[in-house]
Amino acid sequence: MSATTASAVPRAGSPGRRALQRFLKHRLAVLGLAVVLLFVLAAVLAPLIAPYDPIATSWSRIRRPPSELYWFGTDENGRDVFSRVIWGARASLMAGALSVTAALLLGVPFGLLAGLAGGWVDTIISRITDAMLSVPFLILAIALAAFLGPALENAMLAIAISASPIFVRLARGMAMEAKTTEWVEAARSLGNPPWRIALLHVLPNIVPPLLVQATLSIAEAIIAEASLSFLGLGQQPPNPSWGSMLNAAQRFLTQAPWMAIYPGLAIFLVVLAFNLLGDGLRDALDPRARGR
Amino acid sequence: MWGWLLRRLGQIIPTLLILSILIFALQQLMPGDPAIIMAGEERGDPQVLAEIRAELMLDRPIWEQYLAWLWRLLHGDLGFSWRIRQPVGSLILEKLPVTLQLGLMAFAIAVAIGVPAGIVSAAYRDRPADWAANAIALAGISTPNFWMGIMFILLFSVQLGWLPPSGYVPLTEDWRQSLATTIMPAFVLGGSIAGVFMRHTRAAMIGALEQDYVRTARAKGLPERVVVTRHALRNALVPVVTLGTIELGRLLAGAVLTEQIFSIPGFGKLIVDAVFNRDYPVVQGVVVVTALIFVTLSLIGDILYMAINPRLRAA
Repeated sequence: MSATTASAVPRAGSPGRRALQRFLKHRLAVLGLAVVLLFVLAAVLAPLIAPYDPIATSWSRIRRPPSELYWFGTDENGRDVFSRVIWGARASLMAGALSVTAALLLGVPFGLLAGLAGGWVDTIISRITDAMLSVPFLILAIALAAFLGPALENAMLAIAISASPIFVRLARGMAMEAKTTEWVEAARSLGNPPWRIALLHVLPNIVPPLLVQATLSIAEAIIAEASLSFLGLGQQPPNPSWGSMLNAAQRFLTQAPWMAIYPGLAIFLVVLAFNLLGDGLRDALDPRARGR
Repeated sequence: MWGWLLRRLGQIIPTLLILSILIFALQQLMPGDPAIIMAGEERGDPQVLAEIRAELMLDRPIWEQYLAWLWRLLHGDLGFSWRIRQPVGSLILEKLPVTLQLGLMAFAIAVAIGVPAGIVSAAYRDRPADWAANAIALAGISTPNFWMGIMFILLFSVQLGWLPPSGYVPLTEDWRQSLATTIMPAFVLGGSIAGVFMRHTRAAMIGALEQDYVRTARAKGLPERVVVTRHALRNALVPVVTLGTIELGRLLAGAVLTEQIFSIPGFGKLIVDAVFNRDYPVVQGVVVVTALIFVTLSLIGDILYMAINPRLRAA
C-alpha cells in the first residue's frame, strides 16, 4: 500500500538511482551483498588467506579438533579444514556464477525468440521447456552429470542446462508483454528489424527480473554443485569443494564432527546471502512485487 | 471445463514425447562405448561385445534405436539393469513405496509447519511474529538438506542417542521401528519445503485479507479470528493446494540426497547407486518415472485448482 502513496510524491533522481536507494534501505539485502563479497574475496585471495596448503596431507596431524592452530580442526588426511573451506569457496562460487551465466546465455535468446516470434516457433520452444521443467531440477542435473562423467566442469554444464528452462520461460513471458507495448510498436513501425527490437528495446526492459532470478538461481546452483560434489559427481578429490568435504566427513561423524559442521555452514551462509540479495533486488527493481 | 481438460491433455502428450527424446538423448552423452561398459569383466571377448551391440541395437541408425526404445517404454518396459540384472521397472516398483512413505510423512510435516506459520505471519504482518517466521523460512530454504541431515544425525543420534542414525524398517514389519527410522529423514525432507509452503500461504493470505469481502466481514464486527480463519483462509488455500501438488513432486528430488544420508533403500538411493555403478538404464528409468509422477501431479494440481475455484470453471 505504501508504494502508491510514495509514488504520488515527486522524487528526484533517475529510476536507477531510486532503485539503488530502495536497495540500500533494505538492510538485510545489503548484509547479503556484504557476505557475498566476503566470500568472493576469500575465493579470489585464497592463496594469500589460507594458513595451510589445502591439498598436502600430513599423517602427524590427523583429525585434530579445532584449536588456535587449526581453527576448524583437521580432516582424515591431516589437512586444515579452514584452508579447505576457503579454497572450496572457489569451486562453489565459480560453479554458481558460471553455470547461471551459461543458463542465461542459453535460456534468454530462446525465450526472446519464442515470445517475439510466436506461432510454431513458440510452440516448439515452449514444449521443450515444459519437458525439461517436468523433471525436478536436481534429478535432471544428477542424470546429466552422471552421463557426462564426474568432473567439476561437467557438473557445471549439467547445472547450467537444468537451470536454463526457467530463464526461457521468464524471458518469453516478458517478451510477450513487451511486444504489446507502445515503445515496441513504435520501434516496429519505424522499420526496425526484429533482432534489433529484441536486443535494443525488449532486452533492456527485462533485465531487472532476469537479474533477480539469476541471483536466486545462483543460490540454487551452489546447493546443486555441493549436492553433486557430495555424490562424487562434481569436484574430484583431492581438490577441495564443500560438497565433497561433507561426503568425507560423513564417515567420521562420531570422531570428527567439525569436519561436517564448517563446510556445511559455509554453504548455508553463502546461499542465505544470495537469497537475501535476490529478495532485496526484487524489492528494489520490481516495485510491483513489493510486500509479497 | 471439459474443453479445458482436453486442451490440457493435448499439451501433455507432445511434452511427454519431447521428454522421451531428451531422456533417450542422455545416453548419447555417455563417454565411451556402452557395450564395453556393459560387458564389464568380459569386455575382452569380441563375441560378448557383438551380442550386446546386437541386443542394444547399437549397430542400427539412431532413430531406429529411439523408436524401439519408445515402443518398449510404451509397453512399460524400462529396460534392464546392467549391474543388478533385473528389469528396471520392477526395481523401481520395489523402491517406490519406501520413498512414498518418506515423502508423505515429509509432506505432512511441511504442511503442518508451513501453512499455520504462513497464516500467523500474514495475520501479524510486519510484526515480530512475521519477521521470525520469515527468517526461519529463509534459513530453511537456504540450508542444503543433506547437511541438515548430517547435523540431525550428529545431534539426535551421536550426541543424544535418541534415534537410529540410518537404516530402514518397512511399515508392514514393525510400525514403531519404521517410524523411528523415518521420522528424522522426514523432518529433514519436510523442513526443506516447509519454508516454501510458509511463503506461499503468507502471500495468498495477504492477498485474501485485502479483499472487499474481508473488509465487509470486519465491518460487520466479526472477531478477527473468524475473519482470518473462515473468510480469508478458505480463499487463500486455493493457490496453496495447487502448489502443494508440485512441491510433492519436488520432494522426490529432495529424497535423493536424504535417502543417501540416512541409508534408506528408496527411489533416491536407487538413482545414486545407479550413478556410482554407471548403471545407465536405471538412471534413465528413474528420470522417466520421476517425470511421469511430476507431470501427473501438476495435472492433478490444475484439476484441483479448477474444482475448488468455481470462477475458473466457467472460463
